[in-house]
Amino acid sequence: MTEDIVSKKLQNWIDKNTYHHSEFWDLMKLVEAKEKKGLKISLCLPTLNEEKTIGKEIIIFKSELMERYPLIDEIAVIDSGSDDNTLEVAKNYGADTYLASDILPNLEQKKGKGENLWKAIYQLEGDIIVYVDADISNIHPRFVYGLVAPLIHRDRVQYVKAFYDRPLAFSGNVRASGGGRVTEILVRPLFSLFFPELTGIIQPLSGEYAVRRDVLEEIAFPIGYGVETSHLIDVYHKYGLEAFAQTDLDKRVHENKPTQALGKMAFGILQTFIKRAKALGVFEKAEHETILRQFQVKQNQYEQNLMEIIEEERPPMIEIEEYRKKFKK
Amino acid sequence: MTDFKPLEKKLNGLEEKLKKYRELLLANLVMVGEIPAPTFNEEERVKFILNRFDEAGLTDSSIDDHGNGIGILSGQEGKDAILLNAHADTIFSQKTDHTMQVSSDTITGPGVADNSLGLAALATLPYILEDLDIELKKDLILFAGVKSLGRGNLEGIRFFLENSPFKISDAICVEGIQLGRLSYSSIGMLRGEITCTVPESYDWSRFGDASAILTLNEVINKINDIRLPKRPRTSIVMGSIVGGTSFNTIARDATLGFEVRSESQEVVEETGTTIEDIVHEVSSKTGDQVELDIFAKRSPGGIPYAHPLNECARSVMEALDIEPRLAPSTSELSALIDEEIPALTLGITVGERTFKTNEAIQIDPIFKGLAQLIGIILAVDGGYCE
Repeated sequence: MTEDIVSKKLQNWIDKNTYHHSEFWDLMKLVEAKEKKGLKISLCLPTLNEEKTIGKEIIIFKSELMERYPLIDEIAVIDSGSDDNTLEVAKNYGADTYLASDILPNLEQKKGKGENLWKAIYQLEGDIIVYVDADISNIHPRFVYGLVAPLIHRDRVQYVKAFYDRPLAFSGNVRASGGGRVTEILVRPLFSLFFPELTGIIQPLSGEYAVRRDVLEEIAFPIGYGVETSHLIDVYHKYGLEAFAQTDLDKRVHENKPTQALGKMAFGILQTFIKRAKALGVFEKAEHETILRQFQVKQNQYEQNLMEIIEEERPPMIEIEEYRKKFKK
Repeated sequence: MTDFKPLEKKLNGLEEKLKKYRELLLANLVMVGEIPAPTFNEEERVKFILNRFDEAGLTDSSIDDHGNGIGILSGQEGKDAILLNAHADTIFSQKTDHTMQVSSDTITGPGVADNSLGLAALATLPYILEDLDIELKKDLILFAGVKSLGRGNLEGIRFFLENSPFKISDAICVEGIQLGRLSYSSIGMLRGEITCTVPESYDWSRFGDASAILTLNEVINKINDIRLPKRPRTSIVMGSIVGGTSFNTIARDATLGFEVRSESQEVVEETGTTIEDIVHEVSSKTGDQVELDIFAKRSPGGIPYAHPLNECARSVMEALDIEPRLAPSTSELSALIDEEIPALTLGITVGERTFKTNEAIQIDPIFKGLAQLIGIILAVDGGYCE
């Protein structure tokens, strides 16, 4: 595909499939639509030592999205074996709590966030499963309704990803918008090179997404850091770009990870990426992409920011005649 | 003597029944608490409360010209009304991290006790009353008042009381803590700031003896020397001090925040005049600019101990096994007393570290506190307090 076609297709997808949570404020309407379609929605909170934030998440989701507006049918905490009181707090506020190791106990035990997400497919009942990380300190019902709404309203959408207001720089009324450090340094350049269409997903690594069961049961789950990246590549490969939508959930506050931890994360993601890129033969395609695709917001419109970066090279100096003459080589 | 038996029957088991609203109440508490609302900037918090009133079907809810949030739960008869007041402002600035932390038995965060819990109770009450099939005869006015604290000087509630079309028979001020608190009188109070400023023209070459902090220190020493009577009980609270900028710069400004409290209005006035004299004296001696700004005053008053509303409240508390702790107040109660409306201030639960960013409340006692609140509303509505 030529650059122009990719850019047009991508902008078209962004315009059609990018939402802001405020578009779905009318929860009554959303619940009606959900009931009309006979959908069941499960919320999965994967945890490992999240006692500080889990209680608040459950209280807010249960009160707002189960008792006041019955949008979700179950809230489940799937834990990797916390040492703190995560499960006790979660249970106290009425969530269903599971140890990942107790689900499908006959399988070989593995430990990681991806394992919890994968086992949720077996354990939970919903036609849609919405995953929300348990470390968000500014939790709000929008973290769930903003993600499930596009799935309720549009049958073609299979996978809805969250993105947040994480301004990287401001200049006039244009601000760069993007993911975290690992996204901008690793994932976006990789996608720009090998899966340019996936660069339309503003925060490919966000831990909040809602997916239809029919899709979840068809894709593999890395159990570590690569789970989000692999989902995007696999769903894109199987269902195409139109299966995705994304919702702006405004601000997300959580503890920042040190650079060393990000290195571990990047290493895990890279392993997953290479495995998939090889399997799909994209390395061999070697179509030389030189466009890095980033994003900026202009008056609430998300626009691509294309940058041509050509890494030209000089040969070893010894190959230059003038050099050899001068140094008599 | 009023027979409280029928009311006691209603209170029986109420605390247990209220536990089923735990998540509703706590979600409201967390969401309200995470909206910053420093005095004069309560708009977002009031909007949230109004939204809750609207969702609960309180069709007459509105924000008045002063920014107060008002929800009306119409009574069957509606001849007069009970006012339930919770101030919407907090002492924490917009920049403070307002994140609430929820554990199994506590909630921690700035302003959670003062007064996010009071507001959450207000926001949740319409659901609770409807779900418990409690229909009142009187109208219930749910009032989230703005500009209450500090320089706000009860502006919000005073505006409402001056302009309200309602005939308010009784009022209850709801505070997050402490459960058992029963305030029915207001003490005399005068609140102000003294600011010392070193003039621009000061000779900065004079080494070390020019400092607004030293001047303010002089003022403080003199205030400390004021002889206060033992009876009527009187005190001067020196509550805050701000001044200077760094280790090695002479302070150009220093400000003392203080409050004079007394059971006697006369003593409050006299002490205020003495402080004024001190300010003039220090100013003329040092050549520094010393200014006194008194921005809040309260008159002593209240309902008697034997007032039926007071007796009712104690009976309800006794029935719920709550030990009443009587203490005067200088909060919104004063504005109600000024308007001669029988009024009380109550606390909902037990808490600690008030006014700190790690202010915390206990969750379990909340249900007893709510039962107490509903009990007193039922008592007033049922004519037990007349």
